Amino acid sequence: MEITMTVNGAEYTRDVEPRMLLIHFLRDELELTGSHWGCDTSNCGACVIWLDGAPLKSCTALAAMAGGRDIRTVEGLERDGELDVVQQGFIACHGLQCGFCTPGMMMTARWLLDRIPDPADAEIREAISGQICRCTGYENIVRSVRWAAAHSRGAAGPDGSGAHEVTV
Amino acid sequence: MQVPSHVEYERATSVEHALELLARFGPESRVLAGGHSLIPMMKLRLAQPETLIDINGISGLSRIAMEGDELRIGALVRHAQLLDSALAGEHFPVLHDAERVIADPIVRNWGTIGGSLCQADPSEDLSAVFGAIRATAVIQGRDGARAVPVREFHLGPYETVVAPDELLTELRVPIRPGGGSAYEKVARRVGDWSVAAAGAVIWLDPASGTPTVSEAGIGLAAVGAGHFVAEEAEDFLRGQPVSDEMFARAGQIAAEHCTPSADQRGPADYKRHLTGELTTRALRRAAARACGQEA
Ligand SMILES: Cc1cc2nc3c(=O)[nH]c(=O)nc-3n(C[C@H](O)[C@H](O)[C@H](O)COP(=O)(O)OP(=O)(O)OC[C@H]3O[C@@H](n4cnc5c(N)ncnc54)[C@H](O)[C@@H]3O)c2cc1C
Ligand code: FES
Ligand code: FES
Repeated sequence: MEITMTVNGAEYTRDVEPRMLLIHFLRDELELTGSHWGCDTSNCGACVIWLDGAPLKSCTALAAMAGGRDIRTVEGLERDGELDVVQQGFIACHGLQCGFCTPGMMMTARWLLDRIPDPADAEIREAISGQICRCTGYENIVRSVRWAAAHSRGAAGPDGSGAHEVTV
Repeated sequence: MQVPSHVEYERATSVEHALELLARFGPESRVLAGGHSLIPMMKLRLAQPETLIDINGISGLSRIAMEGDELRIGALVRHAQLLDSALAGEHFPVLHDAERVIADPIVRNWGTIGGSLCQADPSEDLSAVFGAIRATAVIQGRDGARAVPVREFHLGPYETVVAPDELLTELRVPIRPGGGSAYEKVARRVGDWSVAAAGAVIWLDPASGTPTVSEAGIGLAAVGAGHFVAEEAEDFLRGQPVSDEMFARAGQIAAEHCTPSADQRGPADYKRHLTGELTTRALRRAAARACGQEA
């Protein structure tokens, strides 16, 4: 069947089998290999992308279901060559080691900060609770998200008030 | 790599259209809502439908609203939407308690209320919740709609009264003032299915000194309770004065009457023990909320 969808602002049309999972469509058909595929049980979250603005485990949806809809992947985080503040946070705070979980973690983090610009640690941990990291012990991921919150435009007042103190 | 086997895909644009597609493609077709139970089952080849009827594009099934003295929840309402609904939480805190511990925030963005009930997994948390609060399921067929109490909805594991050519469209919950409700779940780790879980709703009659229980509902998940409820414990509670001792006895009765089986989540006696304890805790919290003592 033929499906058309918008991914990171560009429109793509492909002929696919209805049984194709969205993660495989993104990686194999569109060659957007930033999103990872890490399990068969919907548990790891390496595949998290946004579908119509809400994070989705793209291994648990068919590409066909995304037809006519809007997708954002980790490749769509950077704008005009500038990394998203979440990506900068992961660099600044060593939020990754092997990097396998990172695309999903960052997509969820971006979504969290859009909804809750200044989340508490508990809110960050809750947001990523459906995602598994085998390297970092999560501590640095939480720190990275906090860094991103503190360095987001609007999170801090002109004099820096409202920003968390962040140690890198 | 696990992927579904060959399948056809159709999109329904309205309830009528979905029913027409289900009739046209016959019993080998399956409704596709959030897909968060069906797609994993298809990957494992535990489900091999010939045609999927995607109902995500149907508008009008995603509503949470009060109508008369009923709370109405559309079948396509997502877990996250129910968790965010102040209206649902105000009338039945048990819905919010349960939604906080169903899967994880990402899964909750897409899994639906209707899909949860129709999946009829013996561990489905919402089956216990909607059983406890005595919801009614509205099932639409080509000849019209029928209303079935959730306590008669499940025929067994993965089996419901919804026929292959029918659609669950809505859940309706009667509202009565003076009640309180709560949900208690034990899982091996955050986001996992219940080892055991109990939901309780309780209405108090404050007439004389110690309030008495005028009505109670108790739902159980993952422990083999008939229709996901603990009727014997509910019968025991009606008319009893509110006390920790009564709630502990009700918990014992619920534990005696459930039929848990041993699996990778734990042995049967542990699940039975949890059933008693979680029922007691849910009742205590529900009663405290009914008395306005706990948010
Ligand atoms: C990682 C993970 C963890 C989870 N943890 C939990 C948990 O802790 N507790 C819990 O309760 N659940 C849990 N779930 C299940 C989750 O709640 C599912 O979303 C839900 O069970 C099914 O909803 P769905 O919309 O995805 O249904 P689908 O997968 O689309 O459908 C499920 C079944 O219902 C049928 N169906 C769906 N909608 C209708 C309708 N309107 N009318 C008729 N038939 C219909 C389908 O044909 C299919 O047979 C988990 C799921 C995942 C992936
Ligand atoms: S690949 Fe999607 S959750 Fe693991
Ligand atoms: S950085 Fe290796 S899994 Fe998270």
